[in-house]
Amino acid sequence: MEFAELIKTPRVDGVVLHRPFMPTVEGTLCLTGHHLILSSRQDNTEELWLLHANIDSIEKRFVGSLGTIIVKCKDLRVIQLDIPGMEECLNIASSIEALSTLDSVSLMYPFFYRPLFEVIEDGWQLFVPEEAFKDLESMTDEWRLSEVNKDFSVCPSYPSLLTVPKDIDDESLCKAASFRHGGRFPVLSYYHKKNGMVMMRAAQPLTGTNGRRCKEDEKLINATLCAGKRGYIIDTRTIAVAQQAKARGGGFEQEANYAQWRRIHKAIERSNVLQEGLIKLVEACNDQSHSMDRWLSKLEASNWQSNVKEILTTACLAAQCIDREGASVLVHGTEGTDSTLQVTSLAQIILDPACRTIRGFEALIEREWLQAGHPFQQRCAQSAYSNGKPRSEAPVFLLFLDCVWQILRQFPCSFQFNENFLIMLFEHAYASQFGTFLGNSVAERLKLLLSQKTVSLWSWVNRPQELERFLNPLYEPNNLVIWPSVAPQSLLLWEGVFLRWNRSTKCLDEAYQEMVHIIEYNKELQNKVNSLRRQLAQLETEDGPLQTP
Amino acid sequence: MEHIRMPKVENVWLVDRSSSRRTQVGTLYLTATHTIFVGKGSEDRNELWVLHSLVCNVVKHKASQSGYPLLIHCKNFQVIQFIFPQESDCHDVYISLSRLSRPEKYEELYCFSFNPNVGKAEREHSWDFLDLKAEYSRMGLPNKLWHVTPINREYRVCDTYPADLFVPKSVTLPVIVGSSKFRSRGRFPTLSYYCKENHATICRSSQPLSGFSARCLEDEQMLQAIMKSNPGSRFMYVVDTRPKLNAMANRAAGKGYENEDNYCNIKFQFIGIENIHVMRNSQQKLIEVSALRSPSMGEFLTGLENSDWLRHIKSIMEAGLFISKAVAEEGVSVLVHCSDGWDRTAQVCSVASVLLDPYYRTLKGLMVLFEKDWVSFGHRFSHRCGHLIGEAKEVSPVIDQFLECIWQLMEQFPCAFEYNEKFLISIHNHIYSCHYGNFICNSQKERKDLCIKEKTHSIWPHLWENKLDFMNPLFKPDQSQNQGLLRPSTAPYCFKYWRRLYNRFDRELHPRQSELDSLMTVKEETQQLEEELALYEQKMAVLDKEHAKTLYMQKGVLDSKQALWSLPLDTSLANTPQDYISGFIGGAPNVFTLQQGERESAEVCLYGDKTKSSDADNSDQESGVADFSSHSSGEESLPSEESVKDPDSDETGPNRA
Repeated sequence: MEFAELIKTPRVDGVVLHRPFMPTVEGTLCLTGHHLILSSRQDNTEELWLLHANIDSIEKRFVGSLGTIIVKCKDLRVIQLDIPGMEECLNIASSIEALSTLDSVSLMYPFFYRPLFEVIEDGWQLFVPEEAFKDLESMTDEWRLSEVNKDFSVCPSYPSLLTVPKDIDDESLCKAASFRHGGRFPVLSYYHKKNGMVMMRAAQPLTGTNGRRCKEDEKLINATLCAGKRGYIIDTRTIAVAQQAKARGGGFEQEANYAQWRRIHKAIERSNVLQEGLIKLVEACNDQSHSMDRWLSKLEASNWQSNVKEILTTACLAAQCIDREGASVLVHGTEGTDSTLQVTSLAQIILDPACRTIRGFEALIEREWLQAGHPFQQRCAQSAYSNGKPRSEAPVFLLFLDCVWQILRQFPCSFQFNENFLIMLFEHAYASQFGTFLGNSVAERLKLLLSQKTVSLWSWVNRPQELERFLNPLYEPNNLVIWPSVAPQSLLLWEGVFLRWNRSTKCLDEAYQEMVHIIEYNKELQNKVNSLRRQLAQLETEDGPLQTP
Repeated sequence: MEHIRMPKVENVWLVDRSSSRRTQVGTLYLTATHTIFVGKGSEDRNELWVLHSLVCNVVKHKASQSGYPLLIHCKNFQVIQFIFPQESDCHDVYISLSRLSRPEKYEELYCFSFNPNVGKAEREHSWDFLDLKAEYSRMGLPNKLWHVTPINREYRVCDTYPADLFVPKSVTLPVIVGSSKFRSRGRFPTLSYYCKENHATICRSSQPLSGFSARCLEDEQMLQAIMKSNPGSRFMYVVDTRPKLNAMANRAAGKGYENEDNYCNIKFQFIGIENIHVMRNSQQKLIEVSALRSPSMGEFLTGLENSDWLRHIKSIMEAGLFISKAVAEEGVSVLVHCSDGWDRTAQVCSVASVLLDPYYRTLKGLMVLFEKDWVSFGHRFSHRCGHLIGEAKEVSPVIDQFLECIWQLMEQFPCAFEYNEKFLISIHNHIYSCHYGNFICNSQKERKDLCIKEKTHSIWPHLWENKLDFMNPLFKPDQSQNQGLLRPSTAPYCFKYWRRLYNRFDRELHPRQSELDSLMTVKEETQQLEEELALYEQKMAVLDKEHAKTLYMQKGVLDSKQALWSLPLDTSLANTPQDYISGFIGGAPNVFTLQQGERESAEVCLYGDKTKSSDADNSDQESGVADFSSHSSGEESLPSEESVKDPDSDETGPNRA
């Protein structure tokens, strides 16, 4: 096996593990191809199983012959291993470094993982575009499923099936694709049943400096408007950024050519800026100086909360245009794979109650993230502790989850899932035994044969025994559009992720348990009362014999 | 009444600061006690009531196109903006309100005219609701080491202290008198909290008049006696809550702090909580930040940081934690003082008490704590809350900070408190409202002289009656986190901005669904179910056919409430988007053109018209105008200040103006 040569020392005894808010554990450290394992070999202490893929970076320190490795994980946890023996320590460190930065996707753990549970419902088959289109067909006949991208040649980052206006033929789609960055021509993202308005997404148009236009592109998006109606184009970039994009061949829709559309520019940061923000935020959260000024100024300087606010605001605006203005919307940024998806998916959570269920949310992630071609593997290659120069890493998906959490906080009874579900998704996007978040597009996933060779996250999550942890006890289906507040006073730091390892959660966990208990007890009583009521009613209708024993 | 220049003004605009769409026109009334706005036009009678005593200041703004604006800032952080069509009306209301909101005499305060429909006996009884003697005996006092000294019965030794004070049995009257002469304002060391389990105590006093070298044998004996009254310990802590620099500066004025060389077995410690002036300025900045209209995240966070408010809260919490740990973990007694011993000392002693003793985390217990550490020990409520016109420099949010410390603790220990956030906010409101007599005056003696108990009502029974609204559904007295000492983390990120207090009246900033309300409803329903279940089980046991029949008739009562607890969702509010891009959707074409370039401004107007009409269509779904009742200062509708109140139930209706 090829991992053996990377593992210089597979086993060290007498290693001491320090974890925040947990007792230290002394035991044997083992390295396998995919895991770092520390076992005390005592029954009552928890073992540590850490995926190498979860390791963001490591630091080594030596005091005499005692070596210390500080392991910083992508889920933001920091642990410390004290390893006796300098050579062992160096070997372990270099092995971890090599194993946590494997280049080849097919060497990743999901290709080796065999589930210990029986897969009842294959997650790979759960959310196919055909099914989603059937739902759409039941509501409107204005759309068709196009196979123009069957072999991914029109747009490598799009799936093979795309929902487009019925009246636009594949040839026009190809022409529109050539006018959009990365071939990402406008496609349907969401159909608002209430008023028939739609949200589409695309990449920036390639107008360039001399104002190129494309009749087919214009026709394509105009086909989504009702007669006499106008639509909104939400460009997630500021007008200045969009102007600059012209010099590189990109640009934005010219008013003259898109007379039926109004363009609104917002200011969602580009992904490399977001990555810097994450690094700064986590640094602030881990700052041990205990000074209030430093905390607040670092929090502010990270711009994380500003990003949350801007993304949420843009999503709310898109939702407002659709629901309140009765207008259709086209959303794009530059590539249409990052901020665009944040906006379209959040807008759906606001507008569509179905997206607030577990299944619906999974379907949303499939549709608007995985199939829509968010480059998960590139974006999640490194997390907040990466010390190298960021290439294309960015916490785009984490920001989306943060925004969902903000809405969840403001509407705690409207979501079928709880915070743990969102945290779980964050973890698995960065490191997982499942194949769901591997690859950068549908095409790549097909090539990797993920659905044959790996297990889908959904196959595991949707098992009743797992799902239980993720259910929101307060959930009561709410069919309304939910408008969150985006004021700074209303937006909170997502402590469940960013302070997760920095504080004891005992009291908060207890509170959650108590909440679950209160509601379960209520349900139990209701059942008891109902059954007693029935019994009594029965007794009442029965005849005398009972009275004369 | 002579201060009311203008009892009634018609056609006044009440501006909703969060959304110009909700602005409404109506009539403004000035009464002896309230400013009342009655909206007109809509089917609901929208009223806004503001107690004059809650008004912090009144400001006239520059005339605008729509008229003459008047801004009223309240002590409960409500900000109300009226626009008058006539300048003279605006000015008259301004002059009247400026006077009405700054009473010169106690007798002008609302509590002296507040006259709910209760008998004399009941009113007097309301003052017996809390009994500090009972509280001390709950702690285990008096005992063989501590007793009540009669020395201050007539308030002769210290006129800002209560009549009954606990001191070590071993100290003689001359020692107390001697010690009191060596302490600022005569506030000698006396007991605040006694820990039954290990005999450690928290004592409080003011600063010693030590200057650079003065000493006082009696004071030293006093401390020695306190230390010895805790047989298990060999020393005691003396905690000066001030920054060292401030304490040293005081020495020049003949005051200062204890010299460790003169006192046997004391460990002296500075804590570094800033003085009332720093706190006042800090809160002022915080209020400005909280009142910013659609600030950016950066503006908000920078403003929060620059206010220093959370840093101060943290320092108070740390001081409380230090003391409670000394008592609970080391079993060592602590003497706490600042300068006069009625601000920082009260804060720190009461925070420590909340951390130490689960009793103070119950409704009744918190009331007792207020009564003991704040009211009886002479926190200068009238000065600090600015009840009367007077020194602006005496005003300071000392009590706000204590309430906030409790709130911060609730965030960390959600199951440890019997009461919820609404209870704290209600208390806050009533500390400032002068609706009840409890928080009037600066000392027990002043209250006695003013016959507060004879002339006003007590707040506590009133809050107690409404306790269902104030209960924390997650409270678990038997849970581990509520056993013994609470050990909060004081890492900076554990201190949060208290939105529910500072943006209390900005409804759109709060979660649209409340976990708290949902859980409270579930618990209530559970209780009903329990009763029903007991009833049924009884019936089943008896198997009496006749009874079964009557029961059968009751069935279905709860069936209809199946999903009752999902109701707290304010559907109208949930369905109300706010301005996600200021002015864009609502019209205001100029905002849009800035973003859009000049070419499209014509289209924009078109759109503006369209959107306006669609707004009108949707207005029934917007929570809008029907909400005003919830903005009332809520005196009669207490405790649920957020609830809609019935205007007819008020004694002081607009017609009586």
